[in-house]
Amino acid sequence: MPTVKSLDDLKKIRDEALRKQQLKESQGKTEIIVGMGTVGIAAGARETLKRILELIENKNLEDLIVRQTGNIGLDSFEPIVQVAKPGETKVTYGKVTPEIAQRIIEDHVVNGKIVTEFQIED
Amino acid sequence: MRELALHILDIAENSISANATSIKIIIIENISEDILKIIIEDNGKGMDEVTLKRIIDPFVTSRTTRKVGLGIPFFKAAAEACEGTFDISSQPGKGTKVTAVFKHSHIDRMPLGDVVNTLMTLIIGTPDIHWFFEYQMNEQVFIFDDEPIKIVLDGLSLTEPSVMKFIRQTLINGIESVQSP
Repeated sequence: MPTVKSLDDLKKIRDEALRKQQLKESQGKTEIIVGMGTVGIAAGARETLKRILELIENKNLEDLIVRQTGNIGLDSFEPIVQVAKPGETKVTYGKVTPEIAQRIIEDHVVNGKIVTEFQIED
Repeated sequence: MRELALHILDIAENSISANATSIKIIIIENISEDILKIIIEDNGKGMDEVTLKRIIDPFVTSRTTRKVGLGIPFFKAAAEACEGTFDISSQPGKGTKVTAVFKHSHIDRMPLGDVVNTLMTLIIGTPDIHWFFEYQMNEQVFIFDDEPIKIVLDGLSLTEPSVMKFIRQTLINGIESVQSP
């Protein structure tokens, strides 16, 4: 169970994060969705999501929302990652290994360049 | 699936699809009794008796995109391959409980695997659900309840890097403390 001391640490983390957020314009957050149906899990989707979370943690990427969802219905393209930026059409990527997920985060999410080689029609 | 942690992830996804708002994952390892027990319990919409009997069949699924639902049959087969048992109980409107027991020392018993990342996937990826995790290894217990964390965060997103690091470290420390006291 998180101890009182560690919850106090968490409160400090929260206060700091809120302070930083107030300094930014509120534009809406980019959402990253990873499919986690049985086929996705069997194809390695958890490792793909793990890489995405590690990049966010290690590069301190703020203002993102990560969601996992059940079967998206594109089984032969699993693992699937979708990127939805505010004001832009959602982009769906297929057969996303952790390495490809890294490219998606670095090129598309951070730098705004869709990684067309792995993009699939939704 | 080559890890029990992946089966846990898969079955928890069923609970999410059943519109659960609260999901409990319990892992019990008891070396002296030679068992490894996994329980996934939810407060989702549940199933009637007829459906409950049928879901062990791989060709039964609530999914509309295809006609095969492999998660439950796979997990059941994994337990039975290790002289274990598999049980599902459910009540419409109340919830469902899946229990798999494995013979701990069985040569075919797959490893528990990466529990931390299974939990991170569920907690961070489905933050609207109340996640409760309990890990018992012989006499040691680790309990993780995301409710006190969400109360402190008071609406701050779980995907904030510093929050994710906190949750990840809490899980790693807790699991390590149980596995090597």
